[in-house]
Amino acid sequence: MTQLTATKIKMRDKTLGLKRNSLMLKTASIRLLRPMVMTIAAIIMLTLPARALVEIDINKGNIEPLPIAITDFISGDGIGAKISQVVEADLRRSGLFAPIDKAAFIEKVSNPDAAPRFEDWKVINAQALVTGRVTDEGGRLKAEFRLWDTFVGEQMAGEQFFTTGENWRRVAHIIADAIYERLTGEKGYFDSRVVFVSESGPKTNRVKKLAIMDQDGANVRNLTNGGDLVLTPRFSPSRQEITYMDFAGGQPKVYLLQLETGQRELVGDFPGMTFSPRFSPDGSKVIMSLQQEDGNANIYSMDLGSRNTTRLTNSPSIDTSPSYSPDGSQIVFESDRGGRQQLYVMGAGGGGGATRISFGNGSYSTPVWSPRGDLIAFTKQSGGQFSIGVMRPDGSGERILTTGFHNEGPTWAPNGRVLMFFRQGSGSAGPQLYSIDLTGRNEQKIETPNYGSDPAWSPLLD
Amino acid sequence: MRLTQTQQFSTSSAVRTMALVLMTTLALAGCAKKNTLPNNAGDLGLGANGGAQPGTTQDFTVNVGDRIFFDTDSSSIRGDAQQTLARQAQWLGRYPNYQITVEGHADERGTREYNLALGARRAAATRDYLVSQGVARNRIKTLSFGKERPVAVCDDISCWSQNRRAVTNLGGPSGT
Repeated sequence: MTQLTATKIKMRDKTLGLKRNSLMLKTASIRLLRPMVMTIAAIIMLTLPARALVEIDINKGNIEPLPIAITDFISGDGIGAKISQVVEADLRRSGLFAPIDKAAFIEKVSNPDAAPRFEDWKVINAQALVTGRVTDEGGRLKAEFRLWDTFVGEQMAGEQFFTTGENWRRVAHIIADAIYERLTGEKGYFDSRVVFVSESGPKTNRVKKLAIMDQDGANVRNLTNGGDLVLTPRFSPSRQEITYMDFAGGQPKVYLLQLETGQRELVGDFPGMTFSPRFSPDGSKVIMSLQQEDGNANIYSMDLGSRNTTRLTNSPSIDTSPSYSPDGSQIVFESDRGGRQQLYVMGAGGGGGATRISFGNGSYSTPVWSPRGDLIAFTKQSGGQFSIGVMRPDGSGERILTTGFHNEGPTWAPNGRVLMFFRQGSGSAGPQLYSIDLTGRNEQKIETPNYGSDPAWSPLLD
Repeated sequence: MRLTQTQQFSTSSAVRTMALVLMTTLALAGCAKKNTLPNNAGDLGLGANGGAQPGTTQDFTVNVGDRIFFDTDSSSIRGDAQQTLARQAQWLGRYPNYQITVEGHADERGTREYNLALGARRAAATRDYLVSQGVARNRIKTLSFGKERPVAVCDDISCWSQNRRAVTNLGGPSGT
C-alpha cells in the first residue's frame, strides 16, 4: 500500500539547482486530502466528521499550538537529524506548532516509505507526524519527507528534493514551508532571507555593514565592509538585488547593490540627499525621498529601465518612508505636513491629494504595506514609547503589537503573517532584531553576531 | 552667484583635501601659508584665547563655537544659536578662504528616515541663517547624519538635547 508514485511535480531552482518532486502513497482517499480553504473548513468538518484532517486556523486570535512529532530523518551521517532540527525550529518559532520532545516517542521509524503505527503517535498526542530520509544520490543530496495525520491515519503531504549538500538548510526550510502550508492553508515564509544592518562599535561612532542572513538567523554574511555608513536596505521583489542608502564620499545617496557580484550603482542623479528607498512590487522602480534645497523632503520614483524620474509629492514638509501597495496602485508614506508625522495614502502616480489615515494619539512613521494588501505596519511614537502596530489601509482597525522604549522599522514576512523589527533598549547597548506575529503573540529575538537594525525580509526564494 | 548642490558636491572632495593639507601644514609649521590664511592673526586679538592660533579650526571651535542646538522636533534657530551663528559669520568673513559643511543631527528619539530629513532641515536652516549674516551661499555645503552620530550617550534629555545639533565644519564633513 505504501509505494511511491511517479514524479508529479518538477521545479527547478535556478540559483541552487534544487529539484522538487511530490511523494504520494497510493490510497483511494487522496482526493480528500486537498488543502481546505479556511472559510469552508467548518462545513467540511460537519460533512466529513470521521475524516476531519488536522488543521490550524491562524485567523483566530488565540491559537493553541498544534502538537506535532518531527522524527529525525533517516540518514547515514547525521545530516537527516540536522535537517529535522531546522524543520522543528522553524515550526516552533512560528508559534503555531508545539513539537513534541523526541524522548516521548514510542515508535522508532525505520522505514519512511511505510505508514507509521498511528496508535503510537496518538497516544503521545501527536496530531501530526513528520518522517523522512536523506540519502546521497551520486554526490547529490536527496531529501524526502512525509507528513501524516495520526488521528485520521492518512498521509497529508510527501515530497522529495535533490540538491547539493551545502543547501541542506534550504531544503529543511522548504520542507517546513510545505508542512506549514499543508496544515494552515497559508503560504509559509521559512525559505526566505533578511537583509539588515549589522552594527558594532561605540554608539558615537557606530560601524554599520549591510548583512544578509536566512530568516532564522543562520548563514550571516556581510555585504559591505563598514567603511561607509549604510542604512535602510530593502530587497528587490524580482532580482538578487537590494536598494539602500550609503554615505560614500560624504554624499548620502540611494544605491543598488547586486548580491551576486557585489556591484554598487547610484540610483539617479539628484542634487540633494536621497534616502528611504524601496522597490515597486514589480521591481521596475525605486521610490525614495529627495531632500529639497529648502531642507524639506519630497517623494520621487525612478524607473530602473528608462532612468526617468517622477516627482510624486510637492509639499513644504518632510514626506518620506514611501511603500507601494502590493498591486502597485497606491503608496503609503509618512509626512509632517499637518504638524506631527502621520501616515498618508496617495495614488501611485502622485500629483493629486493624499488621504491621511492615522488619527491616534501620537505620531506615526515607517509605514509598510503588507504583501497580502490587507494591512499597513508602522512605528508609533506616543507617551515617550515606540510601538510597532498595524492598521487597515483606510486607517481603521489600528492594533499595537508591541510597545517599549524603542521599537522601530517593521518589515513583513512574505506571507504577511509575521513582522520583523528592531528594538533599542535603554542604555548603551545596540539594537537587536525581533519578530512578532500579526496577533501580537510569539515575540522572538533573532540572534545575530553583532547588533542588528533595519531588517528587510525577502520574498520567498524560488 | 548661487550654486546648485550638485556643483557644490562636485568640488567637495578637492576642497576638503586642500583644506586638510593646509591644516596639516599649519599644524606642523606653526605658520600660515601666504595668501591662504591671514598673517596678521595677532592683530585680531585672538592669539591668547585657549592657545589657539587665530584662523585655525581650533580657534573656530574654541573661541567662536562650532555648533548650535535645537528644540525637540524643531529646526528653528533659537536665540542662543543666533548669537553663535553671528560669531561664526563674523569669523568666516575674516577668513574668507574656508569652505564649510554644516552637519545636521537629530537625537535618537525618532525614526531613522524622519531623523535624516530633520537633520537636513536643521542644516538648511543653519545655512540660511549664516547666509543672512553675510556668508556666501556657495561656501556652504549641508549634510545630514540623522540620528547616526550622537555625541552624548545616555537615555535622558541631557544627552538628547546635545545631540539635536548643527555643527559647522571647516573644510569638509568630519564624519564617515
